[in-house]
Amino acid sequence: MTAQPTEIATYNFAYLDEQTKRMIRRAILKGIAIPGYQVPFASREMPMPYGWGTGGVQVTASIIGPDDVLKVIDQGADDTTNAVSIRAFFKKVAKVVVTTDTATATIIQTRHRIPEHPLTAGQVLVFQVPIPEPLRFLEPRETETRKMHALEEYGLMHVKLYEDIARHGRIATTYAYPVKVEGRYVMDPSPTPKFDNPKMHRSPALQLFGAGREKRIYAVPPFTDVVSLDFEDHPFEVQTFDQPCALCGAENVYLDEVILDDHGGHMFVCSDTDHCEKRRADGHHGHLAPETHLASEKTEPAE
Amino acid sequence: MYVAVKGGEAAIANAHRLLADRRRGDRSVPALRLDQIVEQLALGVDRVMSEGSLYDRELAALAVVQARGDMIEAIFLVRAYRTTLPRFGYTNPIDTGAMQVERRVSATYKDLPGGQVLGPTFDYTHRLLDPELAAGAEVEMPAQRPAEPEAMPRVSAILAHEGLIEADGDMPLDHVPGDITREPLQFPMARDIRLQALSRGDEGFLLALGYSTQRGYARNHPFVGEIRIGEVELELDVPELPFAVPLGSIRVTECQMVNQFKGSAKAPPQFTRGYGLVFGQSERKAMAMALCDRALRASELGEDVVAAAQDEEFVISHSDNVQATGFVEHLKLPHYVDFQAELGLVRRMRAEYEARENEDKAEDKREAAE
Repeated sequence: MTAQPTEIATYNFAYLDEQTKRMIRRAILKGIAIPGYQVPFASREMPMPYGWGTGGVQVTASIIGPDDVLKVIDQGADDTTNAVSIRAFFKKVAKVVVTTDTATATIIQTRHRIPEHPLTAGQVLVFQVPIPEPLRFLEPRETETRKMHALEEYGLMHVKLYEDIARHGRIATTYAYPVKVEGRYVMDPSPTPKFDNPKMHRSPALQLFGAGREKRIYAVPPFTDVVSLDFEDHPFEVQTFDQPCALCGAENVYLDEVILDDHGGHMFVCSDTDHCEKRRADGHHGHLAPETHLASEKTEPAE
Repeated sequence: MYVAVKGGEAAIANAHRLLADRRRGDRSVPALRLDQIVEQLALGVDRVMSEGSLYDRELAALAVVQARGDMIEAIFLVRAYRTTLPRFGYTNPIDTGAMQVERRVSATYKDLPGGQVLGPTFDYTHRLLDPELAAGAEVEMPAQRPAEPEAMPRVSAILAHEGLIEADGDMPLDHVPGDITREPLQFPMARDIRLQALSRGDEGFLLALGYSTQRGYARNHPFVGEIRIGEVELELDVPELPFAVPLGSIRVTECQMVNQFKGSAKAPPQFTRGYGLVFGQSERKAMAMALCDRALRASELGEDVVAAAQDEEFVISHSDNVQATGFVEHLKLPHYVDFQAELGLVRRMRAEYEARENEDKAEDKREAAE
């Protein structure tokens, strides 16, 4: 046997064949036409496991063109392993320009965060969604939850939120916090912290959600109302942090807690690495910032 | 200082390089060839073809070796390749009644047309580890018999003559069989869709569910009407040609389970059936599939749905091991943003709880002092 790889397979631009892209684009268009509605689509097996962003990857693969600039983040960071892996996948199969800079990206695929830098019209934010059904943990049956959405029967969700208040004094949901889209569908914003919910409201960017394993696509078109569920006497509020980012000094951003030693020492740093690096490049620094100057944004040209 | 626990491209590349090294193992041991796997680990290859839904022994063998023998990983590799293949069309239904049978057993009839043929089975072997095999002893050639001129009708067709077993069932003439690889699953589903999902479902999962029906969770009194293993012809209708074009043959295992049924408001007393069909040789999978198929027909036959194996949404949503392994294993991915959100909440609630406790203690002390 020779060590030469055999020509067993060649792949289309952005991996998916054009028929599949067309099918997914139709689902996306339907999703945009009915904001917040979960459109079933014939999700394909992808070369990465289900649960690792196959829905987002299929959406991105269906909308990406050779001129797009792609940014991929996981937990807000460009350099987490799965973000690196997905970015490398598109560099390989679509040969597009990739970047870590939020402002210059035309497509941003994300898991669990929305960038701190405000998005603009023309940008597309693609969310990776594990469980698209916001009612799933209240009612495990798809046949039932589809009926509930059809009848706009969201009482169960309000009861759940009310029970949280009765039991804990507050709504004890901190991420994947349910929202109502354009006054109609209750939607799962994917497991982003509720801190990011307000960023979805009337965002100028198109927001697309892909759930590969569960075979659902949904969308929030630009400038659409996205309202977090709450009660008049218990209004929705986002997380706040007692201290600013230890590296860039940013306030009112989402922070990761980093353990420093085994004596309970910890620090809080920006979850959005691009935002943090930009601020440091602009001369901001927090109380634990190292002296050395960090490399700023990276844009890698297409190969 | 700030030690990043975040990996980069170099870390991933190095991990994969190490994986390749571990896969190869000791370089003084000859590397496996695909034909060795195809020939000598044939049932493993069959499982990968069956659950990978792609009939290609060589690709399945490549997947097995690439996955270091991890079957679900191998199945995943095959599926991810399969999904990129163009769809030329759909073959005509295979005729298992015309199968070149290598094994055929029935547990319901002592003898039947075509006879009982044991074929290459583990049944009745004594499970004693064989030192001769380890020593690489020569294996004698099998005994051969002339091909049976007699047709070997499927056992369900024999029973059906008495009208005591339900017929194959009818689909409307204009029914186009579904395709779970081209349309999203929707519940409730037609039986053709369900059987497709079961056929690529995880062997272990279906085995456990089938077993649960035997132990009383939706008991359905099964008998193996027939298991047959062998080669069947594949034919494709091509619009330009007046005849079906033969594409070759594939090896399949078919199991017809016959289940006692006392009748319900919807159906008269009769023997009902569960059906299993998988690529290659896998009796365990075909039998488990047939048990699950029958259990999932509960509402069709007017039975109460009381157990997991009868619950279509539960069974079909969780039977795909590529989906299951992906979602279970995705828990390895970073979740620190969500965890941080929960940590913040628990900290606040804990502080409130402790404040309340201290207040109560202070109250108790005051009362004791008074």
